[in-house]
Amino acid sequence: MAEIAARPAAADMPRRPNPVWLFVKQQPLGVFGFLVILVFIVFAVFARQVAPYDPEEIDFAAMLSAPSAEHLFGTDQYGRDVFSRIVHGARTALAVGVLSSLIGCTLGALIGAASGYFGGRVDTIVQRFVDIMLAFPIIVLAMVVVAVLGKWPLWGVDLNLVIAIALPFLPKMARVARSSTLAIAQMPYIDAARAAGYSHTRIVLRHIMPNIMAPYLIMVTAFIAQAILLEASLSFLGLGVTEPTPAWGLMLAGQSADFYKEAPWMILFPGLAITLAVFAFNLFGDSLRDWLDPKMKG
Amino acid sequence: MQMLSFLVRRILLAIPTLIGVAVVTFFLIRVVPGDPVVVKLRADGAPISEATIQAERKRLGLDKPIYEQFVDYMVGLARLDLGRSLWTGQPVADEIATRFPVSFQVAIMATLIALLIAIPLGILSAVYRDTWVDYVVRIVAVSGLAIPSFWLGMLIIMALLATFNWLPKIGYVSIFQDPVANLSALIFPALAVGYRYAAVATRMMRSALLEVLREDYIRTARAKGVYRQLVVRRHALRNALLPVVTVVGLEFAFLIGGLVVTEQVFNLNGIGKLFVDATTRGDFTLIQGLVLLIAVIFIVVNIVVDVLYGMLDPRIRLS
Amino acid sequence: MRTALRGILLAATAAAVAAMPAAAQTPKRGGILNFAIVAEPPTLDCHATTTFATIHPVAPAYNGLLRFRGDVNKKLEIVGDLAKSWEMSPDGLTWTFKLHDNVKFHDGSPMTSADVKASYERIVNPPAGVVSARKALHEEIKTIETPDATTVVFRLSEPNASMINNFASPFNCIYSAKKLAENPKYPDTEVFGTGPFMFGEHIKGSHYSGKRFDGYFEAGKPYLDGYKVFYVKSNAVVPGMQGGQFDAEFRGRTPKEREQLVEAMKDKVMVMEGPWTTGLLLIFNTKKKPFDDVRVRRALTMAIDRWNGSTALSKISMLKFVGGFTRTGSEWALPEEELLKLPGYSRDPNKAREEARRLLKEAGVENLKIRLVNRNVAEPYTPMGIYVVDQWRRIGVETDHQQLETKLYFDAQKEGNFDATIEFIADYVDDPSLQFQKLLTSKKSSISLAGHEDAILDDLFDKQSRTVDPAERRKLAHEFEKRVIDQAYAGMLYWWQRIVVLNSKIKGWELHAAHFTGQDLSNVWLDQ
Repeated sequence: MAEIAARPAAADMPRRPNPVWLFVKQQPLGVFGFLVILVFIVFAVFARQVAPYDPEEIDFAAMLSAPSAEHLFGTDQYGRDVFSRIVHGARTALAVGVLSSLIGCTLGALIGAASGYFGGRVDTIVQRFVDIMLAFPIIVLAMVVVAVLGKWPLWGVDLNLVIAIALPFLPKMARVARSSTLAIAQMPYIDAARAAGYSHTRIVLRHIMPNIMAPYLIMVTAFIAQAILLEASLSFLGLGVTEPTPAWGLMLAGQSADFYKEAPWMILFPGLAITLAVFAFNLFGDSLRDWLDPKMKG
Repeated sequence: MQMLSFLVRRILLAIPTLIGVAVVTFFLIRVVPGDPVVVKLRADGAPISEATIQAERKRLGLDKPIYEQFVDYMVGLARLDLGRSLWTGQPVADEIATRFPVSFQVAIMATLIALLIAIPLGILSAVYRDTWVDYVVRIVAVSGLAIPSFWLGMLIIMALLATFNWLPKIGYVSIFQDPVANLSALIFPALAVGYRYAAVATRMMRSALLEVLREDYIRTARAKGVYRQLVVRRHALRNALLPVVTVVGLEFAFLIGGLVVTEQVFNLNGIGKLFVDATTRGDFTLIQGLVLLIAVIFIVVNIVVDVLYGMLDPRIRLS
Repeated sequence: MRTALRGILLAATAAAVAAMPAAAQTPKRGGILNFAIVAEPPTLDCHATTTFATIHPVAPAYNGLLRFRGDVNKKLEIVGDLAKSWEMSPDGLTWTFKLHDNVKFHDGSPMTSADVKASYERIVNPPAGVVSARKALHEEIKTIETPDATTVVFRLSEPNASMINNFASPFNCIYSAKKLAENPKYPDTEVFGTGPFMFGEHIKGSHYSGKRFDGYFEAGKPYLDGYKVFYVKSNAVVPGMQGGQFDAEFRGRTPKEREQLVEAMKDKVMVMEGPWTTGLLLIFNTKKKPFDDVRVRRALTMAIDRWNGSTALSKISMLKFVGGFTRTGSEWALPEEELLKLPGYSRDPNKAREEARRLLKEAGVENLKIRLVNRNVAEPYTPMGIYVVDQWRRIGVETDHQQLETKLYFDAQKEGNFDATIEFIADYVDDPSLQFQKLLTSKKSSISLAGHEDAILDDLFDKQSRTVDPAERRKLAHEFEKRVIDQAYAGMLYWWQRIVVLNSKIKGWELHAAHFTGQDLSNVWLDQ
């Protein structure tokens, strides 16, 4: 009797710690990353409000001017405001980055899970394709896809670019998803579910997928960073976004190299933007990984 | 003997993958719209008649139906003949061979730089975990991942111009002919590419070492009273090197592809530049040759990594 | 016709005299000329190619019947090369060339009329497996006769005002008849001719070199011991010159690069500049609505402020000269008074834009969206595209600017997958017949991008191509041009500026308006 009565009153129970607050306390770097990401998101969504100038407006009279009160980051060889172009560039970077990462990882997760779940012939064939895809360098795949699909603009985003960047992520996610799936596919409760008559789809979606959630989230975040970098590289090579659309990689391409000495700000700021964005996503992704799945390194 | 059968088995397994790569590339490229003959003859602005274009297409064998071209290609592959570049008419193998040394050298130098930086830094970071040393290394490493290699290349060039008003000489000289000229030119692109590589390897080194330091047999060794440094060096290090070797090995193949951007910035006549040119011109045969090359490299590196794995991990060896 | 004949004969002799170097200093013998080229030759055969990438390395090894001499800022002249003299019959159907008798091939064997005949027959009627890129331009050549070892007679089926340019073309290299008989494809990989320099070596991906041919028929020449061409990427030219690895690049540099070199090397370099035979134009797809409406096309070309754009664009790119479809600075150019009357050349941009908006409204097209297909090359296609997009925005037109890789670019044009496209003109000589090629109607040209039909244009073009008298021909060419601009099937954007920066020690090199001619290096010497 005494033990039962000894149950403490509700008010004295230690409150379950708020997971968000815990995260903030334990992963300060991750929080920093997240804040930077937030700034970029604001840039992307409210570009028109944040940017002082129209990013595509040519003003030859102001060409190649150094950073000043009027032009925070200076102007390029057409007199376009660099800061405004960077703000609008965030839109391209994030849109392409997030979309391609989501598409690549989601498809990859589904394929990997299905492959691991069904096993046997299906698994072997899928693994062969995954191997083949992994044998292509990212740039190669991207270049060919960009060329094959031509241009598919949708709401201001080049879908062909998104697909080209999403493709290399697919096999990597598939591999991870497959091994996670294999770990639990043999478990008794899966057999029980099957015996109970649940369809394969239901089993995969309700039992397998939640187990992949953690690595999925981690990889999505990590891949956003890589996607931003890849988009910058492709635009730099002239295969991504094209003029006059503002994009960070594009701002470093082509003639910008002519102005090393005369207008170094043309090269400094876009590169910094890319670095900061990728940095932020990496920090956040790392913290997420440490938080969700400390066993999963790299 | 075990090693030999392992090698043979891996090589045999690789062949279907390579064939798959060849097939997929062949068709993927031809789906791309665009006619390389038109590009070749019209590129300089002069108007060329349709008849001339047809004649050239015929000469290059591009007017044959696709399955015939495919059969020709696969038969050629079986004889290890990569065909001729559609643009220059020279054997693909030659085109690649002249440009391969530059890219290869930069890749090797980048890897060496990466290892030279990553191993000591990774060890430091792991051994002095959670101290300021650790934090600094981690931040530097993460930023290394974030900096685009072509931007770093541009910054290096800007720095050279601003401080010394000097740029490395153009034109590749073999390291055997003139090591000073060769190294002074290639060190910079190697740095631009290697920095990022180093970052990845450092992180890997750190986490792998941390992982290993927790292992039981290390504890056992410590219990035997072995001096800490020796423990770290001999037992932990060897096991931590495993994932580093894997990562370095994997990233190496992508290095070759990644050289595409850096070669633009530093104007190197390498595989990357060749690939960009080939894609722009729709030089099917050359593209196929390059992609196959990369796939082969990737597979070879993987096999080498597996072998090294076997040599480094006592558990694998013992089993 | 008589006057024309006499005129040509006079020109021939006068030019032969003018061809002697105006020696302000006596040329010094010796030295190797190192220069750069930004593209590699796809083949070594002049007949098969249209690219300067073949000409720059290979031209010094060959001669043609005639050649171009002169300076871009003066009139370009056609002088004799292998031909000592030449004449065209009054009816324009027969060309007779008298060759020098002391010309030798690089192995010492003599060159005769048989070699000329064999080379030209290869151009006019290429054997199987041989590509003759300019075959269509030589259609009128019916027969080639060689009455003796130093005489060649060409008989044409119709007079062709441009035929003389063909004879002087840098692409019509004279090959060895003997070697052609053994292997008609030999020029593709082997360089063997009569030119001032013999083949040295060719390392793909690296360089090409030639060495002096001591048996060259022009006594005392060449002055150089040899030359070496380095294959480099465009952005490597400036550092290469600064580093002393090579001393010139003969195609042309951007204004920025000129500034960089002049600032870095000061009086160790000299700059030669002038208008180029390369230019960018805008072509509308008349087969797509609403670009079949002349008002829409006119509005679009009027909206582009060419004059003011030139000031700024010429600072950051090679775009500079405003003109019609006949090259600014050439004898064919449309005079400015006439230009100002045409749509797109107004000096008052605001008025022009107002008018453009009005035209669009009248045509019932508002909120126009246009798909502009451009080439994915930084210099100067990107600045051109950016500028056009900006100008069209100012009249309320939104542009989908598609910069495509070369392959996809040609494809999109071929399929008609564009509303407007930025095209280029580039040829080795100012010749309306060549420069108007991209303006021809679909009836006259299977590769007509605008897809327009216009009987008046067809007639004008045919007439001018057969008119040998320069003044008459110029009038007809201007008529053609004015009609195209007025109907706005296409609009000329800018002719480029050719800027060549060379080390001051290089003497005797002439800047021509075309980067294809003047590359034989026989007059070049080094002052060192």
